[in-house]
Amino acid sequence: MEMINLKIDNKPVVVKKGTTILEAAKSIGIHIPTLCYMKLDDLNIENKPGGCRICVVEVKGRKNLAPACCTEATDGMEISSHTIRAINARRTVMELILSDHPSDCLVCPKSGKCDLQDLAQDLGIREIHYKGEQSVYREDTSPAIIREINKCILCRRCEMMCNEVQTVGVLSAINRGFYAVVAPAFEMNLDHSVCTYCGQCVAVCPTGALTEVDQTAAVVRALYDPSKTVVVQTAPAVRAALGEEFGMEPGTLVTGKLVAALRRLGFDHVFDTDFAADLTIMEEGAEILNRLKRHLEGDKTVKLPILTSCCPAWVKFFEHQFPDLKEIPSTARSPQQMFGSIAKSYFAEKLNKKREDLVVVSIMPCVAKKYECGRDEFSVNGNPDVDYAITTRELASLIKISNISFSSLPNEEFDQPLGESSGAGVIFGTTGGVIEAAVRTAYEVYTGKELSKVDFHELRGMDGIRRATIDFGGLPLNIGIAHGLGNARTLLEEIRAGKSEYHAIEIMSCPGGCIGGGGQPYHHGNADILKKRQMAIYREDSNKAIRKSHENPYIISLYREYLGEPMSHKAHELLHTKYFDRS
Amino acid sequence: MPRIKLAESAIKTIVEVCKKFDNQESELINVLHGVQEQLGYLPAEVQERIAQELNMSVAKVYGVVTFYSYFTMIPKGEFPISICMGTACYVRGAEQVLNEFKRQLKIEVGQPSSDGKFSLSCLRCVGACGLAPVVMVGEKVYGRVSPQQVKQIIAEYVEGCSTHEAKSA
Repeated sequence: MEMINLKIDNKPVVVKKGTTILEAAKSIGIHIPTLCYMKLDDLNIENKPGGCRICVVEVKGRKNLAPACCTEATDGMEISSHTIRAINARRTVMELILSDHPSDCLVCPKSGKCDLQDLAQDLGIREIHYKGEQSVYREDTSPAIIREINKCILCRRCEMMCNEVQTVGVLSAINRGFYAVVAPAFEMNLDHSVCTYCGQCVAVCPTGALTEVDQTAAVVRALYDPSKTVVVQTAPAVRAALGEEFGMEPGTLVTGKLVAALRRLGFDHVFDTDFAADLTIMEEGAEILNRLKRHLEGDKTVKLPILTSCCPAWVKFFEHQFPDLKEIPSTARSPQQMFGSIAKSYFAEKLNKKREDLVVVSIMPCVAKKYECGRDEFSVNGNPDVDYAITTRELASLIKISNISFSSLPNEEFDQPLGESSGAGVIFGTTGGVIEAAVRTAYEVYTGKELSKVDFHELRGMDGIRRATIDFGGLPLNIGIAHGLGNARTLLEEIRAGKSEYHAIEIMSCPGGCIGGGGQPYHHGNADILKKRQMAIYREDSNKAIRKSHENPYIISLYREYLGEPMSHKAHELLHTKYFDRS
Repeated sequence: MPRIKLAESAIKTIVEVCKKFDNQESELINVLHGVQEQLGYLPAEVQERIAQELNMSVAKVYGVVTFYSYFTMIPKGEFPISICMGTACYVRGAEQVLNEFKRQLKIEVGQPSSDGKFSLSCLRCVGACGLAPVVMVGEKVYGRVSPQQVKQIIAEYVEGCSTHEAKSA
């Protein structure tokens, strides 16, 4: 590898040929401000359109300023990152961007977490000298995502996520010049497109142009409705990220405080989606073994590989793009929907209440869950199994509105019976976790032997596509894992071409899995945050007394009292679903 | 948005044009030119079919269609009128000529007239700057056009004494 020498702010630096000025500066601790640029290390995600020109620097001997994010460093280069000329240029660029940006920061949902706002402050902008026309676009709302395009600064991060990472292709820059905007084809609303509501556009948007549909007010109304019993479930990835909203270090586990906060908010029963994750493993694990057994017996009609079905954006993705493969995914509902279904049947019966008297709220790291709980097949006589799904961010907002001092809360325990979970349920929150949880149970059921170790390190990590072979007592089981829908597409195309070597595949739409979900606290392009959340999830798992779903005592009694066996008629009715051709 | 079903002949045209360019995504602009030349315009359904043929997202196709003013999603009139707004034409009064066309035909740029006979568009430099300002009706070029001549140009087509080549747009 050829190395080059250059100087940035008089500091010598040696980098590989091909390195950008921005990265060279970063390597010696010099921070050059950026706006449109974003890079998630290790996830192979980079947005570098060179569009905003905030990162300009002065290069000795070069007439114009150079955008650091997309200018290659060359041997002998002498760069000044903060000359008066560069600073003035940055400030002018920022003022021009702000001249076509609404100034409603005080009431913007992104306020305080907005990259544009932060940068304007960092650049010391106190006045916008350029008064001119402002773009006016109509707001687009959908079941999950709101597009407030007046706030778009055309960084095109969302477009990159939607096209390159997720390969969904809903968003594109359209029109020209002042009228340019990022929008779906024909400027239709998102709900008329093939959008999966994965929310990765929301996760990377530097402004308030893309946000989730805020349902906190509806939740508060339910909490203060004396005729309703309000039940809450919280997804595994939430506990590994919520603390960030209260200034805690990324990777801080706040499970106990989360429970305490939910109780103080007034939820009548504080339960855990992890319980439903254990239930998912019982059903999905049984389905995997059933298909595998039939396959080994020579049944040619059996569909393999089996694909996980926990992720609503993934489900919508294959319904639009691979409807010919819709018989392949597991029919098991997602943990959110299993929880809702069990809460409004088994648990409602225990309370001697009608399902209509219960309101089920989920706290999710995800915006697609808002869409999922509204799907027709997940309601009974018009009453949805899950009434509201709010994001980790919305929960943080609710806690703040309610004047709860989160960091000083004591650690409390989930309520029973739907609050007990195994470590297997916890790891659902990260890429690789669902299939590891399934392996822990399926192995023991299939071989009849106890696992000597429950940690399957070969299934963990952050690579976009991973594969591993697990020995099921002499039967080599090929497992595939993909996170990010573009990676999922690669595996699906193999299946379509009849070239897939896998028996089972886990798919999560968001890079990193649910820990990187579109409803999580914003990572602002820092992939380390995702890794720390992932480590927190595995830490929670290893701290659990019970690590396997089928050993969860409340799961055992749910089957004994109510469902019978996994895949029973009742289980099918309450815990399984079907998929639709949306092409 | 109202949906129309594409005629078999239109689908055939699209498939053929795409095939001519090996169904390559990188040939999108050429494909759009080819299809617009034959169908006259590029409505949503046509763009969807092109996206399908080139295996790319329809949003990207729409992005390109809306980026270049040459492409249109609105059907052109029987006699499409284009006013050159290039620098030379502009400084020699193209805007006044355009305004006169708008006034006479009671339409805006990009619109067809209610009888479908005319449509109005602007373009950038046809390479006849010596004749500025330039107006094209179909393939026929009019040079040194003044606002006073506009009525007369329109009349040529209203009275049906059009040249054949003006129709081929």
